[in-house]
Amino acid sequence: MEAVAALPANAGTRAPLASDAVRRAAEGLLIPLGALAVSMLLFGVFVLVLGKDPIAVYQLIWKGAFSTSFAWQNTLQRAAPLILTALCVAIPARAGLIVIGAEGALVLGGLAAAVSGHLLSGHAPLAVQLAMALAAMTTGAAWIALAGGLRHFRGVNETIGSLLLTYIAIALFNHFVEGPLRDPASLNKPSTMPIDEASMVGNLPGLDVHWGLVFGVVFCLACHVLVRHTVAGFALRVVGGNVRAARLAGLPVGALILGSCAVGGAAAGLAGMVEVAAVHGSANASLIAGYGYAGILVAFIARHNPLAIVPVAILVGGINASGSILQRRLDLPDATVLVLQGIAFMAILAAETLYGRARLFQPRGA
Amino acid sequence: MESEALGWYGVPIAVLGGAIRVSTPFLFVSLGECLTERSGRINLGLEGVLVMGAMSGYAVSFLTGNAWVGVLVAGLAGMALGLLHGLVCSLARVSDIAVGIGLMLLGTGLAFFLGKPYVQPKAPTLPALHLGDWSASPQIQAALQINVLFLAGIALAIAMAWAFRATRWGLIVRMVGDSADAARAMGYPVAAVRTLCTAAGGFLAGVGGSFLSLYYPGSWNEGLSSGQGLMAVALVIFARWRPLACFWAALLFGGAGAIGPALQSVGVTGGYYLFNAAPYVLTLAIMIFTSSPNRTLAGAPGELSVTR
Repeated sequence: MEAVAALPANAGTRAPLASDAVRRAAEGLLIPLGALAVSMLLFGVFVLVLGKDPIAVYQLIWKGAFSTSFAWQNTLQRAAPLILTALCVAIPARAGLIVIGAEGALVLGGLAAAVSGHLLSGHAPLAVQLAMALAAMTTGAAWIALAGGLRHFRGVNETIGSLLLTYIAIALFNHFVEGPLRDPASLNKPSTMPIDEASMVGNLPGLDVHWGLVFGVVFCLACHVLVRHTVAGFALRVVGGNVRAARLAGLPVGALILGSCAVGGAAAGLAGMVEVAAVHGSANASLIAGYGYAGILVAFIARHNPLAIVPVAILVGGINASGSILQRRLDLPDATVLVLQGIAFMAILAAETLYGRARLFQPRGA
Repeated sequence: MESEALGWYGVPIAVLGGAIRVSTPFLFVSLGECLTERSGRINLGLEGVLVMGAMSGYAVSFLTGNAWVGVLVAGLAGMALGLLHGLVCSLARVSDIAVGIGLMLLGTGLAFFLGKPYVQPKAPTLPALHLGDWSASPQIQAALQINVLFLAGIALAIAMAWAFRATRWGLIVRMVGDSADAARAMGYPVAAVRTLCTAAGGFLAGVGGSFLSLYYPGSWNEGLSSGQGLMAVALVIFARWRPLACFWAALLFGGAGAIGPALQSVGVTGGYYLFNAAPYVLTLAIMIFTSSPNRTLAGAPGELSVTR
C-alpha cells in the first residue's frame, strides 16, 4: 500500500530531475576547478618563496601553452598520448581498479609497433600503419590485462602489480632496444630499425599536429559509449560499485575486470604506436617520457570520465609544453611542471572529500 | 668490479656484499611502511619520500659539510611529506592509495626541482666501518664494509618488533590498525594515530633515501632511485608486517639487486638489463605466491585497504 501511495510523489518529481542533473554536473565541474585554482595558488606561493614572480610564471605557462597557434599545436601534440594513457587509468577505474601501469604498456606497445613497422616495410602505408596499431594495442592490452589477471586470479594488488610491471616493461624495452633489436647504425642513441618514411603517421590537414590526437579523441568517444550506453559498460560500473553485488547478480566479474584492463592497455599501447610512428620513427629511450604517469593525473582530474579526459589532457599537455619556455626565460628547472602537477594531484585528491557536502549541489526533494 | 681475482667464486661474495650495501634503503623504507600499515593505512608514496630524502640529505650535507646533519634533514623532509599524506588521508572519503600515487609524483617532482643545483657538486658522504680487515681477501674486505645506518636499521627492527609486542604505544597502533571501531570505543583518536604513524614512517623512508645519496651509490642525480620505495611496500606484505622479517626480506631484495652488477664484473654482460629487473620480478613473484584471491593475508592489519 505504501508503495502505491508513493507513486504520485515520484511522478511529481519529474520536473526537478533536470535541475538535479544540472546540480550534479555543476558539482562535478566546480569542485575540480576549485581544486585546480587552489593548487595554482599554492604553486604561486612555492614560486614566490623561491624568489620568482608567480604572475610571470603563469603568464609564461599561458604563453607557452595556449597563446599562439604554434603553442596550441605543441600543446595538442603532447595531449595526444596523454589522452590515451589516461584512458588506461580511467577504464579499469570504472571496474574499481587503480591501475597505474600505462607507462609500461606504452613503451612495449611502441616497441611492438616499431618492430612490426620495420618487418612490413615496403607494403602499402595504410596496411603497415594498421598492423603497427594492432600490434601495439594487442601488446598493451595483454600487458595491462596481466595486471588485472593477477588481481582477479591471485589477489595481487593491482596498483603495486601494475607499477612493478612497468619497471619490468622498461627493463625488457631497454634489453631489446640496446641488444637484439638494435639498429647498428644508431650509435649515440640506441634505437630499433627505423620504419619507412612513407609509413609514418602524418599530420592533420593544414596543421602541425599528427593524427594521434584524432585517435585519442575517437578512443575517448568509443569508451564513453562503451561505459555509458552498453550493457557491458553498465555491468562494468556495477563491478566498480560493488563487487559482491555484481557476483550475486551473476555478472562475469573476471571477464569484466580483464576486459576493462585490456581496453585501457590497448589505449596506452596505441599511445606508444603514435609516438613511434608519428614522432620518433623508431623505438628508443625517448618513449620513456613519463606520459604514463602524467596520464594518471589526467584521469584523476577527469574523475575517470572518458569525455572529460580530452580537455584535461589538453590542459596538462599545455602545462608540459610550457616547461621549456619556463626554463629559458626564468631559469627554472624542467621539473617545475612536475611540481605544479604534483600539487594539483594532491589538491584534486583532497577535494574528493567535498563531494556531497554542499547543499547547493544536492538533488531536491530527495 | 672487485671480483676478478676470485673468478666465479666472487659472484656470491659480491652478491652478499651487495646485499648488505643495497639493503639498507629497503630496510628503512620497509620499517617505515610497516609502521604506517600496522596503523591501518598504506602509503604508496614512499618512493617519492625516498627520492626527496636522498636529495635533501645530499644538499644539506653539501651545504653544512656534515653528512649526519644531512641524514637528519632527510628524515625531517620525509616526515613532512608523510604528515601531508596523513593529513590528506584523514579527510573523509579520500583514498590512501590514490594519495600515495599523488605523493609519489609530488615528492619526485619537488626533489628534481630543488635538487637541480646539487647534481654537480660533491658532498661529504657517510663513513664506513671496515669489519673485514681480518681477511686478506680484498673481496671479503669490500663485502664487509658496513655503514652505521645498516646497524642502526637492525637495531630499529628489533626495537620495533619489541615495541609492537610489549609496549602500550605498540598496542595502540596495532589496535587502530586492526579495528578502528575498537580504538574509537576505547577513546583513542584513530585519524591522529594514523597520521603520526605515517609521519614517522615518512621520517624512516627519508633516512633510507639519504643512504642512497650519502653512502651508496653516494651521489645525487635524478635516476638515483629505481623503485626501491615501491618495492619496499611489497616487501612489507612479503614480511607479513613483522619488523624482523622486514630485515631478512630487505637482505633478500638487496641481494637480488646485486646480481646484475656482480655478474657484469665476471664478464656476463649479455642480459644486463634483464638482470637489473631481477628485484622487480622477485617482488612480483613473491606477491603472486603470497597473495590469495579468497582470504585476507595472515598477519594483515584488519583495516588495511590494500589486502581487502
